[in-house]
Amino acid sequence: MSAVLYDEPGPQARRRILFGSVVGGVVLAAGLLWLILKLASEGIFDSDRWDVFSDAVVWESFGRAWWATVRAAGVAGILALLMAVVLAVWRMAKNPVLRIPGTIVVELLRGMPLLILILFLLLGFGLTSFRALVLGLTLYNGAIIAEILRAGINSLPAGQSEAAYAIGLTRGQTLRTILLPQAVRRMLPSIVSQLVVLLKDTSLGFIVAYVELLRTARLNADFYGSRYIFSFFFIAAGLYIMTNFAVSRVAVWLERRGTTKAAGRAPVLVKPDANI
Amino acid sequence: MDAVLDNLPLYWQGFRTTLTLTLLSAVFALILGTILGAFRVSPIPSLRAFGLAYVELVRNTPLTAVFFFAVFVMPRLGVVLDFYITAVVALSVYTAAFVCEAVRSGVNSVGVGQAEAARSIGLTFSQTLRTVILPQAFRTVIPPLINIFIALTKNTSIAGAFFVGELFNVGRRLANDRGDAVLWVLAGVAVFYLFITIPAGLLAGYVERKVAFAR
Repeated sequence: MSAVLYDEPGPQARRRILFGSVVGGVVLAAGLLWLILKLASEGIFDSDRWDVFSDAVVWESFGRAWWATVRAAGVAGILALLMAVVLAVWRMAKNPVLRIPGTIVVELLRGMPLLILILFLLLGFGLTSFRALVLGLTLYNGAIIAEILRAGINSLPAGQSEAAYAIGLTRGQTLRTILLPQAVRRMLPSIVSQLVVLLKDTSLGFIVAYVELLRTARLNADFYGSRYIFSFFFIAAGLYIMTNFAVSRVAVWLERRGTTKAAGRAPVLVKPDANI
Repeated sequence: MDAVLDNLPLYWQGFRTTLTLTLLSAVFALILGTILGAFRVSPIPSLRAFGLAYVELVRNTPLTAVFFFAVFVMPRLGVVLDFYITAVVALSVYTAAFVCEAVRSGVNSVGVGQAEAARSIGLTFSQTLRTVILPQAFRTVIPPLINIFIALTKNTSIAGAFFVGELFNVGRRLANDRGDAVLWVLAGVAVFYLFITIPAGLLAGYVERKVAFAR
């Protein structure tokens, strides 16, 4: 990875790198130490900040919260994938009378902040916070994954659809049996990283009073006293990071596997940094 | 409809806050992200490890959690800042991780032969970087950067939920006041966001076609 920029270092350069590494390491370690000391001086590591975790009820609440997060993400993820296929086909329709509304819908859903979408569903349509969150995540991510699928289909060689038409398949059949399966395999890493984004965005539930991890941290801090807020946040953020990290690893694994197997060639990552 | 028209000054104020919040955070995220990106391609292992740790940690943390930490936890640790400044810090810290990844993949997208050729004609490391690698990496980095900043614009809405008076915040307050016109009020907010994000998206597409070059 880094070998792009420099050759294999010689003895002199190695000494310099070692020196830089030690200096950099010391500076970073000093910064970290300062942070820990600062936290300690605020009493973060005192036992009275953590004793609440001897209570099983606290752990139960975080267990429920983790499940609430994963449930919202799971339902929204599945619905978003279905929605993405529909939107992608709609946007790629041959007839402009169909295609243009499809394009507008996708662009509107993508251009709006997810939070506004959720608020629309919550206040405008009076849905419950769970339904508003799941439906908002579905619409927003459905539009984004639809664009990923479209990019995947466009990246396929023209010969694929030409061959399909030549043997007499209709446009719908070509999409369903030839183009989409290849596009999905090619774009799998991008799709999975978008699902990680979806999982992260379930935290917006905090804002619309859906009791997920962050909301639980807050409620617990209200109940047990705000001196515990760092501890509760630490647990909630830790659970988020671990869950996301696990899903991200799946993306990396798929990417590696994809380079050797999927569609016989490397997957194309269109706009790799758009997943934010 | 009149719920929107009556409150246009309020919308305008929210729009301005959203805009300044986005621009300020974009500048800081760009600076921090470029430094982190440089860490990630540097020959020094400890800096590389730091860059990697930062990116992995931040990318797997929801932005709402970053805000939660900045707004509810930091004051308990003795750091009390204005909500607006807190929002800029949270957004910059979060977005920097994505800028870092864009910079890194931009540098890595420049062909190995380029750097090798530069070295073989005797350019030093910094000369190679300055005159050969970065000018080429820059072109690859621009489109993803625009996309990151579009996402940043949308992400500023989370600041509205944490006491910053930007568009989302205005929308939520108005929606509570005008229960009879919730859909209009929120549609007004959405239009202001689309005002920024859709032209920026078109710009990204245009720039992408413009700077694309065959390798």
